[in-house]
Amino acid sequence: MTLFLLSVMVFLGGQVLPGNVGRAILGPFADQRAVDALNHSLGVDRPLLTQYWSWISNFVQGDMGTSYIFRSPVAPFVIDALGNSLKLAAVAFVLVVPIGILGGVVAALNLNRPLDRIISLGGLSVTVLPEFVTGIILILIFGVWLRWLPISAAWPKDAGFFTQLYYLILPSLPLFLVLFGYIARMARSGMIEALDSDYTRTAVLKGLPWRTVIWRHVLRNALMPTITVIATQTGYLIGGLVVIETLFRYQGIGSLIFTAARGKDFPMLESGILTIGIVYAVATLVADFLYSVLNPRIRLGSDQ
Amino acid sequence: MSAVQTTSPAQDDTRRRGPLAEVLFSLLRSRTFLVGIAIVLFWVVCALFGEHFAPYDPLADDIINALAPPSGEHWFGTDQIGRDVFSRVIVGSRDILTVAPLATLLATVAGTALGLTTGYFRGLVDDVVSRILEAFMAIPVVIVALLAIVALGTSKTTVIVVIGLSFAPIIARTVRSAVLAERELDYVAAAQLRHESAFHTMFVEILPNIIPPILVETTVRLGYAIFAVATLSFMGFGIQPPSPDWGLSISSNYGMIGGGFWWTVLFDALAIASLVIGVNLAADGVHGAFND
Repeated sequence: MTLFLLSVMVFLGGQVLPGNVGRAILGPFADQRAVDALNHSLGVDRPLLTQYWSWISNFVQGDMGTSYIFRSPVAPFVIDALGNSLKLAAVAFVLVVPIGILGGVVAALNLNRPLDRIISLGGLSVTVLPEFVTGIILILIFGVWLRWLPISAAWPKDAGFFTQLYYLILPSLPLFLVLFGYIARMARSGMIEALDSDYTRTAVLKGLPWRTVIWRHVLRNALMPTITVIATQTGYLIGGLVVIETLFRYQGIGSLIFTAARGKDFPMLESGILTIGIVYAVATLVADFLYSVLNPRIRLGSDQ
Repeated sequence: MSAVQTTSPAQDDTRRRGPLAEVLFSLLRSRTFLVGIAIVLFWVVCALFGEHFAPYDPLADDIINALAPPSGEHWFGTDQIGRDVFSRVIVGSRDILTVAPLATLLATVAGTALGLTTGYFRGLVDDVVSRILEAFMAIPVVIVALLAIVALGTSKTTVIVVIGLSFAPIIARTVRSAVLAERELDYVAAAQLRHESAFHTMFVEILPNIIPPILVETTVRLGYAIFAVATLSFMGFGIQPPSPDWGLSISSNYGMIGGGFWWTVLFDALAIASLVIGVNLAADGVHGAFND
């Protein structure tokens, strides 16, 4: 449903653009006949429904159309960019998920003590800041003043895994900060609830060591809402990628969309956004799956 | 994420003794709220009267003194065409403090109307509208904004409409759940028995009773609206030059950051940070005051 709505919106967004595509490519001084001819060869003079159908059915078959600007198929650009973005997102995720959960768990175990206050307040304040603001401040600190990390994410050609990782640390930090607050807060409230529950009391009272109680009983129940939050934050992460990739000049899907939007390159823009929609849908699916693994009660097809 | 509150009957009883005064009183006791509102008021004063106490004209260039580091003469230094950064940061609060509240207002009005309608009528209207809103909410705001702005062109109005409409479903969800609890109460049944119109029941009977959750959600949304406006301006899709807007200033100066001209971006970044944190602290205080 979301995907369908997104595809229609993307498509309509491309169509209600003021000025026609041929005119936009050829410039204001081009001959009207040339503009018409280009419009016809691009297929943008056909009825809307026909255009939508041919676009979406081609997309499903892996043909994303031809870029208006590069005059070559869109698909390789989108796939390259998606790969780069996934690398960046992966670094951010690998950092934030364990640290965020750990932060929340530590905060909950030290409820209302100074450590909890610091984690909760700190997490909340970095979460509400726009990525480009934290990005700029981090660039200034680590890139310009300390000179520890490169200020651009564009690594040299043929860079190995660790070099790439080195270039990705700084761009992933703003994403880390935004997500940290959310994840830590959910993990904290999940933990508080689980620690307060009857099964935890039972586990403690039957003499299990505290460590076992936390690992076997509390954590498993506490982390379930956190997983849902992590999945819903994927959509958010994608919005963040657009900003971060622009700030760090990184060739990812976010900057691809941004450049395409600026250049009014609709096939590129539409494919980029739809690809993001698909990634989001997959992430939600994976979260549902993880959720059912952790929580046998809602496992599909289980007998009641 | 968004907290959902319902007015308890107890709150209705205290209306005659002035629940507004009570809320105000607990707001004034909340340190979070006071700190937040102080920061916000500081920037509001800057937005309204900034040019009267800014030492320089924020738009006046002075190429000879371009990129001067902070000094006694230019506290925050000057930017690449010699404009005084301190004056620009002061006056730069104006556009964001116009656009973000207007967007939030639009979101609140549209969201409240949608939430009241879906919550009150339930049934088919509710199902269809709720599904569409859910699908809509799954799309990141930046993406919606990018699309809309490419299609409609850049202007303050576009930014207000885009952010307003993207936030409306979230407010609608909060309002809807408040209405669902409220519509079962006797005063709604009484209004229905008097054959009041659905419009009257929704807006005259129910609406006054769900003001607290709406207010809380609105203050929270204002924080996100500032976030979104700043981000869009930074991307070049929001407020346009020559405005001294913070996000815009950062976007036109961050290219030189490698050269060590930190003062051209740092103060704008800190200004955005302080405003966003201020609004969020205030929102947290409002939330607390209504839920005590």
